[in-house]
Amino acid sequence: MSALAFERVTYTYPGAPEPALRDVSLTVEPGEFVVLAGLSASGKSTLLRAASGLVPHFHGGVFAGRAVVGGLDTREHQPSALAAVAGTLFQDPETQVVLGTVRHELAFPLENRGEGPAAVARGVEEVALALGIESLLDRSTAELSGGELQRVALGAALAGRPRLVLLDEPTSQLDPVAGDELVWLLRRLNEEWGTAVVLSEHRLERCLGHADRVVVLHDGAVACDASPRAFLEWAAERSPALQTPAARLFERAGLRPPPSGVKEARATLRAHGLLEEAPAPATAPEPPKRERKRDPFAVRARGAWCELPGGRSVLRDVDFVIAPGEKVALMGRNGAGKSTLLRHLGGLQAPTRGRVEAGGRVALLLQNPNDYLLHETVGEEASADALAQVGLERLAHRHPRDLSGGERQRLALAVVLDGGDPTAVLLDEPTRGMDRAAKGDLAARLRAMDAAVLVATHDAEFAAAVAKRVVLLADGRPIADGPIEEVLTGGWYFATETARIVGELTPEAGAERIRRRLTIEVAP
Amino acid sequence: MTYRRRASPLHAARAGVGAVYCAALATCALVFQHPLILGAVALSVLVAAAGAGVAHEVARTARFTLPIAVLVALVNALVVRDGLTVFARLGELPPFGRIDLTVEALVYGLVLGARVIVVVMCCALFTAAVDPDELLRVFRRVSFRSALTAALATRLIPVLARDARRMDDARACRPDPGPRVAVLRAVATSALDRAIDVAATLEVRGYGAARAGHRSPGAPWSRHDVAFASAAAGIVVLSVGARIAGVAGFDAYPLLSSPVGADELALAAAVVAIACAPFLDRRGIER
Repeated sequence: MSALAFERVTYTYPGAPEPALRDVSLTVEPGEFVVLAGLSASGKSTLLRAASGLVPHFHGGVFAGRAVVGGLDTREHQPSALAAVAGTLFQDPETQVVLGTVRHELAFPLENRGEGPAAVARGVEEVALALGIESLLDRSTAELSGGELQRVALGAALAGRPRLVLLDEPTSQLDPVAGDELVWLLRRLNEEWGTAVVLSEHRLERCLGHADRVVVLHDGAVACDASPRAFLEWAAERSPALQTPAARLFERAGLRPPPSGVKEARATLRAHGLLEEAPAPATAPEPPKRERKRDPFAVRARGAWCELPGGRSVLRDVDFVIAPGEKVALMGRNGAGKSTLLRHLGGLQAPTRGRVEAGGRVALLLQNPNDYLLHETVGEEASADALAQVGLERLAHRHPRDLSGGERQRLALAVVLDGGDPTAVLLDEPTRGMDRAAKGDLAARLRAMDAAVLVATHDAEFAAAVAKRVVLLADGRPIADGPIEEVLTGGWYFATETARIVGELTPEAGAERIRRRLTIEVAP
Repeated sequence: MTYRRRASPLHAARAGVGAVYCAALATCALVFQHPLILGAVALSVLVAAAGAGVAHEVARTARFTLPIAVLVALVNALVVRDGLTVFARLGELPPFGRIDLTVEALVYGLVLGARVIVVVMCCALFTAAVDPDELLRVFRRVSFRSALTAALATRLIPVLARDARRMDDARACRPDPGPRVAVLRAVATSALDRAIDVAATLEVRGYGAARAGHRSPGAPWSRHDVAFASAAAGIVVLSVGARIAGVAGFDAYPLLSSPVGADELALAAAVVAIACAPFLDRRGIER
């Protein structure tokens, strides 16, 4: 019996002019690891919601065809009944934790299935140990960080060991370390428990190496259903926006077949004598000493501290300067203090000690673009000039919440840019949930700005596309600060995929290096 | 304001009993309009909140409700034509027409406002001192739809509160921040979307699926359970009995009638005594 079987499923949301899923046929066998790829609004989330039964039971609309999950037909069984065979994890951890403590949250699905107290207690312990969240068991869910909440929500989805797990961009809010850990964990569950995994993800380089198959949705229909390698060959020809950096590197260098991950890419290059044995990672450049007072700056912090009432320090004696027009990426793991530093530089919080100064107006774009949407039309949110600056002038009559994720991000940017040219633009995780095309568009807009740009991000590829300088933050203070080529090529986690393969920042630079090596190889 | 486990008799009682206790106090406030009895219920809630260690939260909620109560009093004075004791003639005032303010309408408005505050205080005590997770389990056994509604309410309020905080930060980042009311409006309009998200999560966690599953025999009632359940029953019986007996009647129109005799004083004292009695037993409660 298949873990999931779709037979010619077509689905239209209530009031929508076009179907969100079109004639989708798909089978996922027990123990398979399937990655769901596609641009934004291609139907990935709808497919996962159809597999969990929320479509059509919860959302309504018109459903045709047949979806069977673990032997249960979704037309005949409610989502609550399907939960026994399929665990589901959505993107936003805020709305996915429904009880007050972690222990209650993990027990909740087991209790809903009618398990006895002993079975519930055992299930909670097992899933907590499997996810490494046993230390959180008695914590209040209100106190957890986004990453912790996401792990707890995953624990709730896995409690009771469902045969199938459906995940909708679960790593979008996690730092590279936590994101990689989560994908490894899914791989372990897949291998050890035989759990079938269907994972929707924009950052394909994170999960292709673990996948058995890749299913690509385009405009609601299955455009490709193939092995990771076959998918990458398909993407090179038909949908370059879905190519991973490693595949782009090989394509630019004229090499085939495209690799599904770093390990495979390095093995291929090594086999052909094209891999220069990497030198020991360069020491990351240390943060510079305190700048002179008279140096021009867009924003700067001098000995800034942020101390919480309980005594914990989120920022510790931060000295940090951005020159006018400079493009800087701020990186670091969840909880390192990136958002807090941005809030201080943007004037939303004052340091408890030290000083923060700005050379002019500072535009601060916080994490969630939806928080900026307060009016009924796009035109009311920002002036025509600001909308034109982000390419939304033609959508002025639309309701802001009808826009796509990428468009909302651009609208939020227009809101903070409105009211004159800022000296500095600060952006906190602006690429969450964005596909590669939307990220590229945003990066181009930021590069073209005259203002200084500081972008806090977990996405090394996006940082490389925007910034010339990277500041790495840990425990509330900068631990590395230097040119992006130096900082993002010497690390394990805070490095682009191309840097991990050939030690260059971008696929283009990496391909150039490989071509040089090829030239040397064939030269007499 | 959210629930946090504290060392108190009310927190030690089972959630169902705690909820019934808070509901009994609210019922008393809804049964009587007599200011003395409303005052007694308010005092009882404050003492109970202090006994449960949540006095600050309940008092803060009462302070937030004060403007609504004042608004109720003013609107009642402006729109109600009853009452004989005119203390101000405002003439023609659109859209109300001819306005004569009467003492009776003003006092009745104040009583209505006071009642709103007392009921909100009962709700605040419930929110701060009754475990919503445990209550959710209780409701689940009784009725799926009631439980879903309760779960949505208990989960949605903190989600919306966090949304409001974030939106207010985003508003402050605008070059022209504009009024805070825009944030309130945006939070209110997004509440439906958020409710759908939370409800979808409850569905995919299997909420409402278990019908014939395991049902534990239930823990024996503790002395706190018994004390609070008895207090709740006592308050309801006393309220209904006194109402039937015509004690603590209150008429605002045409002239104020709010007798304060031995019966009313005894009733007020009994309400306070019964409501506060369960807090006297602090054996086994950590300090």
